[in-house]
Amino acid sequence: MNRSGLFAQIDLRRVYRRRKIVNTVMLSLTGLATLLAVIPLVWITVYVLIKGGASINLDFFIHLPRPMGTPGGGVLQAIEGSFVMVVLASLFSIPPALLAAFYLAHSPNTPLANALRFSTDLLSGVPSIVIGLFGYAIIVVYQKHYSALAGGVVLAIIMLPVVLRSAEEMLKLVPKELREGALALGSPEWRAAISVLLPAAAEGIVTGIMLAIARATGETAPLLFTALGNDNYEIGNIIRQGIHYHQSLGQIIGNIVSQPTDALPLTLWKYAQQPYPERVQQAWAVALVLMLFVLLLNIVARLWLASAKRHRR
Amino acid sequence: MPEPLATKMEVQNISVFYKDFKALNDISLPIYANRITAIIGPSGCGKSTLLRSLNRMNDLVPGHRLEGKVLLDGEDIYAPNVDVVDVRRRVGMVFQRPNPFPMSIYDNVAFGPRLYGIKSKAVLDEIVEKSLRGAALWDDVKDKLKQSGMALSGGQQQRLCIARAIAIEPEVLLMDEPASALDPVATLRIEELAIRLKENFTIVIVTHNMQQAARISDFTAFLMMNEERAGELVEFGDTSTLFTRPKDQRTEDYITGRFG
Repeated sequence: MNRSGLFAQIDLRRVYRRRKIVNTVMLSLTGLATLLAVIPLVWITVYVLIKGGASINLDFFIHLPRPMGTPGGGVLQAIEGSFVMVVLASLFSIPPALLAAFYLAHSPNTPLANALRFSTDLLSGVPSIVIGLFGYAIIVVYQKHYSALAGGVVLAIIMLPVVLRSAEEMLKLVPKELREGALALGSPEWRAAISVLLPAAAEGIVTGIMLAIARATGETAPLLFTALGNDNYEIGNIIRQGIHYHQSLGQIIGNIVSQPTDALPLTLWKYAQQPYPERVQQAWAVALVLMLFVLLLNIVARLWLASAKRHRR
Repeated sequence: MPEPLATKMEVQNISVFYKDFKALNDISLPIYANRITAIIGPSGCGKSTLLRSLNRMNDLVPGHRLEGKVLLDGEDIYAPNVDVVDVRRRVGMVFQRPNPFPMSIYDNVAFGPRLYGIKSKAVLDEIVEKSLRGAALWDDVKDKLKQSGMALSGGQQQRLCIARAIAIEPEVLLMDEPASALDPVATLRIEELAIRLKENFTIVIVTHNMQQAARISDFTAFLMMNEERAGELVEFGDTSTLFTRPKDQRTEDYITGRFG
């Protein structure tokens, strides 16, 4: 090729070759780094599957633990306890989080909104064990016993910022013309919020709630201080007992939420330290159940969110 | 034009402020009943602000303040004893981007009537059909009223929004660049619809499209920014006069495409 001017002195082929090499090296590095980032997840998943899969059977889900050292038995108490506390946490956290999210989306720049946003960000950064200690101080010490109620409250504190901020983001994604369209018809603000904004953002909000539930289900530290653990927690027994003693529905619910309660991560933590191999085996199985539940919830939530975003223009 | 001109609304010396910024400066114009009034002007001159002053939608903007009067049938809609909901019921609005609610076609149209306490299924059915016919959408959707309004095409969505607006039988219909997000065919249908709607409604339309203003409107208001970036009314007149023999040099420059 005949080149003149600026490029006459430069061996372009060398420049191009160098560029190609750098490009290939960098691309390989990024690929390698990506692989490295995925390894822990795959490793953990496979490892827990192998270790825990062996001890999973129907008994595991429908029976209480046997006395230590005897094989068999299950973790029904932990499954039920986790369920009760997550339900309580959802009841305590979701309604205020949604109302606050509406406020944030409606008046994003007031001093109160900025303070709220700042404090929820801080709250989501507070170590969960500190939140557990807080629950211990204000509920357990006051009630003089551990309970599902205390566990539900601390899990609610953990869920609150997650639900609030994700709901706020989802509400902010709703085109402002929708709200204006409702107001232009003479709709009061609350009606526009409930019948137009909420349905428009519903899928995303539900996703945020699912992620928050996944997060709460996996929390251990705050429950050490509040729910403690209870090998004999069984809702069916509590209800049967309540009926036997002619207790009212309120009393039965009171019994369910006011005694020390087990949870999957608590059981995992306890079993893993015991000297009996069956218990350690079961700890792996609990780990597997917990992991699959959280993974499943996350995957469903993300798929749902993706489809919600596709539907919106 | 068959009937004599009646003044439906009257804008009297309004200035609009957002906090310290003056968006509109001392604007006065009449809006005649059963006519289409177009508001034209270059971007940022306050067309939409003027339009939204006519049903108090600007009230929603923090820091908004309005001086002057906007009369609807001779009564100031900014007077202290006036209920803003009543203003918005009488002065409906269609937005630039079609904004069907995330609910069925039927519920979209019934949303307004339900707000005002109409619950009877039979009455709602009648209103929905009448409004959809009025918006030239009935034949397209009569077999799928339960489907989501979001699933319609852009032009159909906009006509659904018009049906929703006319379902509460407003007296004035404000349209904020209703066709700017639509393709030419859908635009044409909206324009035809606007012309048909003026039999029953007084229409004010904001458009950046001068041909559109010339095609469909009876009166035109031309707005421009002054040196302080506040919108001012340069000229108001009947559309054919304004487009063929503008009184103001700036109007002539704008409509002949010398700026804007």
